[in-house]
Amino acid sequence: MRFMLLQNYGEVGSGCLPMTEWAPGDIKAHIEFQQTLNQELTERGELVDAQGLAGPELARFVLSDGVTAPVITDGPFPESKELLAGYRLVDVETTERAIAIAAQASAAPGQNGVPIRQPIEVREVLSAPDPEM
Amino acid sequence: MTGGAAEGLLRELAPQVLGAVVRRYGNFASAEDAVQEALLAAATQWPVEGEPDNPRSWLIRVASRRMVDQFRRDDARRTREDLAASWSRTPPDPPSERDDTLILMIMCCHPSLSPASAIPLALRAVGGLTTREIAAAFLVPEATMAQRISRAKVKASDEPFGLPEPDKRAERMRSVLHVLYLLFNEGYASSSGPDLSRTDLSGEAIRLARGVRAAVPEDPEVAGLLALMVLTDARRPARTRADGELVPLAEQERTRWDRGLISEGVALITEALRRGQVGEYQVQAAIAAVHDQAASYGDTDWPEILSLYGLLERMTGNPMVTLNKAVATAMVQGPGAGLALLDGLDERLGDHHRIHSVRAHLLEQAGDTDAAVAEFRDAARRTTNLREQHYLTTEAARLATERAHD
Repeated sequence: MRFMLLQNYGEVGSGCLPMTEWAPGDIKAHIEFQQTLNQELTERGELVDAQGLAGPELARFVLSDGVTAPVITDGPFPESKELLAGYRLVDVETTERAIAIAAQASAAPGQNGVPIRQPIEVREVLSAPDPEM
Repeated sequence: MTGGAAEGLLRELAPQVLGAVVRRYGNFASAEDAVQEALLAAATQWPVEGEPDNPRSWLIRVASRRMVDQFRRDDARRTREDLAASWSRTPPDPPSERDDTLILMIMCCHPSLSPASAIPLALRAVGGLTTREIAAAFLVPEATMAQRISRAKVKASDEPFGLPEPDKRAERMRSVLHVLYLLFNEGYASSSGPDLSRTDLSGEAIRLARGVRAAVPEDPEVAGLLALMVLTDARRPARTRADGELVPLAEQERTRWDRGLISEGVALITEALRRGQVGEYQVQAAIAAVHDQAASYGDTDWPEILSLYGLLERMTGNPMVTLNKAVATAMVQGPGAGLALLDGLDERLGDHHRIHSVRAHLLEQAGDTDAAVAEFRDAARRTTNLREQHYLTTEAARLATERAHD
């Protein structure tokens, strides 16, 4: 089963400040946590892909009818907190395992080392039909 | 023979074999496929059966057999006579193996190809890498990369196999150098990434540049580009910390720089500059050489770097060069003079993260901590490189913490 674990720029459970306002050591600990988690998932054979996205400042919305020139909107966006910040794509045995990984990611160390409680959206990726169906 | 040595030999032979097969059969796209199959066959058979007495002829023979099979499959009407006729196209006096590397590089850097297509094609046709290796290096699925390469081949093979006419050669060489430069940068920017299994693209760029230089040893810009690559690559061991995070030039542990590469680069650029046809790669290499020979960031010959950037700015008119010149200006004349240079750049560079990060560093030097923190944050939000984002975020935090403690 494949799951996308998504996170956006919205409020985090711990209510801490954005990362650029943390102490350097807290930033380092957070980054190391993410790298270690990816390493762990790779070693367990579960990580398919993990990417962080460039900031909302570089985001664009594209709207087209396929005939006339597309309408391209760039920021700043009033709803930028809803934009995707990054994702992990994991291939796991069970839904429970995907949730456990999400919980681990959500508890990443934040400001002053306090768990950041980042909301993680867990979405199953649609698969090909079962061959026996 | 070890796996590494066999792989090295195959990659070295790839352009020679391809040159020979294209010359015999004329069809670049099919010949390239056939050579790739021959290389894969060699990679599986040689370790088991032993390396043949003449590896190059072995590869040409196997690739030729694949060509013949493919002709038969592709076109049932094609007769052996047609094939024999195509053999007669073999030029009586084949050019040297070094020329083949150059001819193939020029083909792969065809002006109708974007660098995103030219680079993978060059890595396969000239570099002898497999599609799987190239796909892994660029983090795309193998099937996607295979399609990109085969589309590129069709576009690249619209001209006869050989060196372009003399009046077109300079322009085509510029494309070759540009593609090699981008390939090197791709490798350099990602070499600190979390993907340790990625093929060493900087190393491949250097290897291809050496091949081109062997074909045109008298071209000072080729020497300049190769010098720039090795002088930059020399700093790689000091460029990242153990945890993978970036270390800026000012803070690098210079004892970890590769002295052998520095000597090679300095010798290359010194000889190239002596020819008196200065080009932009030579100037960039000269700047890299000044950095590489300095005992520390502070001891660097900044007036020399400033004057070289001034020369490069006049040659290229590139605003990114002006941005680097602002850093050198600040080192020579103080941060205020550097900041003044940046003012005219906003419009030309747009909201590029580099202008924010340079301004942040200069503001910090000037003692304007609040503004520096804001600029570091702006830069962090705009970069598209993960390591750079970490570095800039941490710089903003470091400075903000220092300010809080003052």
